[in-house]
Amino acid sequence: MTTHAEQGATHFTLPGYVTGFLLAVVLTAIPFWLVMSRQLPGANVTSIVILAFAAVQVVVHMVYFLHMDARSEGGWNLLALLFTVMLVVIALSGSLWVMYHLNHNMMVPSMHDMSNMP
Amino acid sequence: MPRQFELTRLLLGRLSWDAIPLHEPILVWTFVVVATGGAAVLAAITHYRGWGVLWRDWITSIDHKKIGIMYIVLGLVMLLRGFADALLMRAQQVFSFGHSLGFLPAHHYDQIFTAHGVIMIFFVAMPLVTGLMNFVVPLQIGARDVAFPFLNNFSFWMTTFGSGLVMMSLFVGEFARTGWLAYPPLSGIAFSPDVGVDYYIWSLQIAGVGTLLSGINLIATIVKMRAPGMTLMKMPVFTWTALCTNILIVAAFPVLTAVLALLSLDRYSGTHFFTNELGGNAMMYINLIWIWGHPEVYILILPAFGVFSEVVSTFCGKRLFGYASMVYATVVITILSYLVWLHHFFTMGSGASVNSFFGITTMIISIPTGAKMFNWLFTMYRGRIRFELPMMWTIGFMITFVIGGMTGVLLAVPPADFALHNSLFLVAHFHNVIIGGVLFGMLAGITYWFPKAFGYRLEPFWGKCSFWFWVSGFYFAFMPLYVLGLMGVTRRLSHFEDPSLRIWFGIAAFGAALIFLGILSFMVQLVVSFVRRDSLRDTTGDPWDGRTLEWSTSSPPPVYNFAFTPLVHDNDTWADMKMNGYVRPQHGFIPVHMPRNTGAGFVIAALSAVCAFGLIWHMWLVAAVACAAMLISVIVHTFDYDRDFHIPAEEVGRVEAMRTQLLAAAAHV
Amino acid sequence: MFDQTETSPRFYLTREYHPENGTLFGFWLYLMSDCLVFACLFAVYAVLGRNYAGGPSGSQIFELPLVAVNTSLLLLSSITYGFAMLEMQRNRLPATLAWLAVTGTLGAGFIGIELHEFAHLIQDGAGPQRSAFLSSFFTLVGTHGLHVSCGLVWLATLMVQSAKRGLSPENRRRLLCLSMFWHFLDVVWIGVFSFVYLMGVLP
Repeated sequence: MTTHAEQGATHFTLPGYVTGFLLAVVLTAIPFWLVMSRQLPGANVTSIVILAFAAVQVVVHMVYFLHMDARSEGGWNLLALLFTVMLVVIALSGSLWVMYHLNHNMMVPSMHDMSNMP
Repeated sequence: MPRQFELTRLLLGRLSWDAIPLHEPILVWTFVVVATGGAAVLAAITHYRGWGVLWRDWITSIDHKKIGIMYIVLGLVMLLRGFADALLMRAQQVFSFGHSLGFLPAHHYDQIFTAHGVIMIFFVAMPLVTGLMNFVVPLQIGARDVAFPFLNNFSFWMTTFGSGLVMMSLFVGEFARTGWLAYPPLSGIAFSPDVGVDYYIWSLQIAGVGTLLSGINLIATIVKMRAPGMTLMKMPVFTWTALCTNILIVAAFPVLTAVLALLSLDRYSGTHFFTNELGGNAMMYINLIWIWGHPEVYILILPAFGVFSEVVSTFCGKRLFGYASMVYATVVITILSYLVWLHHFFTMGSGASVNSFFGITTMIISIPTGAKMFNWLFTMYRGRIRFELPMMWTIGFMITFVIGGMTGVLLAVPPADFALHNSLFLVAHFHNVIIGGVLFGMLAGITYWFPKAFGYRLEPFWGKCSFWFWVSGFYFAFMPLYVLGLMGVTRRLSHFEDPSLRIWFGIAAFGAALIFLGILSFMVQLVVSFVRRDSLRDTTGDPWDGRTLEWSTSSPPPVYNFAFTPLVHDNDTWADMKMNGYVRPQHGFIPVHMPRNTGAGFVIAALSAVCAFGLIWHMWLVAAVACAAMLISVIVHTFDYDRDFHIPAEEVGRVEAMRTQLLAAAAHV
Repeated sequence: MFDQTETSPRFYLTREYHPENGTLFGFWLYLMSDCLVFACLFAVYAVLGRNYAGGPSGSQIFELPLVAVNTSLLLLSSITYGFAMLEMQRNRLPATLAWLAVTGTLGAGFIGIELHEFAHLIQDGAGPQRSAFLSSFFTLVGTHGLHVSCGLVWLATLMVQSAKRGLSPENRRRLLCLSMFWHFLDVVWIGVFSFVYLMGVLP
């Protein structure tokens, strides 16, 4: 309905996109390499490293591609994102915690047993 | 011959004449009554040549005021259906003892309690809440409409067609027999192979999309379209609760969408999310559905809290006590509502550590609500209280909701819940808070804003009848259920053996009859008020000496709401304007930029309902064609760039001049 | 922004007031809700993702080289969309359309490979009905793919609309929305390739 919105719009730049792209490539290649060549000792350590790289790359995408900052839409974009992230963390960790306990108490066979069951 | 047979199968899926329940007399008679009534309505519209008006001014309207009214009409109509289910259940439970099996077979009774819950939550409470927020919020913030008017219209029709699907299940096929949350494995394909759960899934998915989009719409409206000078902490409290409610909607409904989609994948394509075999885990459904379910009840109650805040401050003639703490309490409730969901299934095996955590968080969440209660009481203290009908509903709420809240805190204690889970105590608790909180709030809100919407007040006598019937009816209907629950009676039973319980069910049935009179009185009130509208006319636009911006407009407001965008200086903006010499402008009007009506929302929503019907009955061709048609309609609609127009300044001037005359006449009375 | 001279009334504006357009913010809110849908699907995968039910596990069916190719296609498509936005900023319609076309091609390639992967798995008896692990895998990855496909339809529509009406303010807003959508899907894919594929092949 108005053209006023464009006045406050983010200004995209080539260096911004290229930097984000290169960072993303590196942050993707390393986890792939780590898994495909079995560089790290245990599955747990590898998992944590993979997730850490993923988290960093998500931030890279947010900053360089989605132009996320505290100023866009008067800070409401960032607020919405932080709120959503908080809920995602609660839903994921809460579900895992609850389901782990449920499965344990209901004597659901563990992962090792499950993988061998018909 | 075989080819024709296959074409029929392709087109009709599992739909056949058997789907029509001719063997159930209650349904046959219901159909006769509904069809007759429906035909009468259609005939009346045709007789008064109303189809053009209906399409142009209502069905295709993107005006938030009209859409708000339509939502409330939908909610009230569905209240009649949901309450009919309640009467049937009460009657069955008082008759069905020992040798007598009552009049409802279990197969039918199970559908009734499922439909009652689904309808009351999704198609009564949600539309009433959404309707009120839709009508009031843009007016309270000094805006002309919501941020996305077309989306608003589309959301309404999605909700309506969702409710239409539920209504269809009465006459074509049957409804789910699983309870309102349809837990698997019972709701899985193995144990509910019939169409009932499919009706449930698709009607909720369609309505859910409408609700989610409406949530996005209202958040964007409140964030972006407040009049200049209205900072967040100068917004009316109802707008604050609307903002938090819509944040909850956007944050919770996606979970419902995802979970129901997974259930439908299990039913349609044999996946194993919630099945008993091949690795499925039904508890994951319960876990996820309550991650949605708990925020949902806060979605229902927060707008009611907002209504009460407005009503209390208006009818006590005072600014609301503790505005800032009200806001903080609302925000805290919003966040905390995501940390309590497990209290709905304490008994399902998560163990002491998990139960303790959620029990504690559940108790904590009652605290901000208590803070609100005190704020309302402190607002009343030393105020000049006028016991108009909205204020009466508020007092009724304060007493009733506190009782319900206390039983909630009792249930929050896991060991107590182990005895009371899924008993009639639980049923009494949630009806206590939903009726005492949400319903009383909606009735207060409807009564309060009715003059603004229609230009005349509701006639008080029948309103007071309704109030007293509702309040007394509620206590008679649900206090016995607390007793029964403490004695160990389980919910959702259609037959009992112990005759000593019968007296309690009898009292509850009496209560239901009183509530029936309450609903009837409300309907009578609507009719009588319409007939006597000239004597109840609100000519000033401010019948209650209100404090917020919506009362600065005429009743009903013009289509553009405000001839000039307000400039806000303080809370209770209209009260501030009245106290500081506001003079209504009578010249210098400017053209007003308005969005155009459109039928696209109605069409797309209708196609989605056709697609859903096809999916329910396995009419794959119908579903596929309807789905494709939906996609094409959406794309075609995006090619329409001609979405708005200007109301010329002269037209604005004419409308405002008419109001000037009306105000002058009122001043002389 | 508003008239504050002495003759101007205190309680209302005398000029037309245009609130800020809410489309980009509203779309961002929609993306947040979509984020929660994916969070649910990730949660289900997290809980059920090791329930092989005697069927194949991730290490047996995931082909990481193919996943790497797919990831590259999607990442490249993200930056080509970025280039399209740069051209839009410079008001160059043909260049914008060209980069959008490249983005669409890369996206279509992504979907093609994914469909090939799915067909292969189903043929081998490792379809979504085999186990809860496979149900969650197909649904999570498939939902992402469905979103990408819808994005492609949207992209094609916007290309037609931009070609017809040029880079009007309305079309720019729509292209910016699609931009957010496209990058968001790449963010979700980061979660998918990390959590599903890479962690899935670990013992």
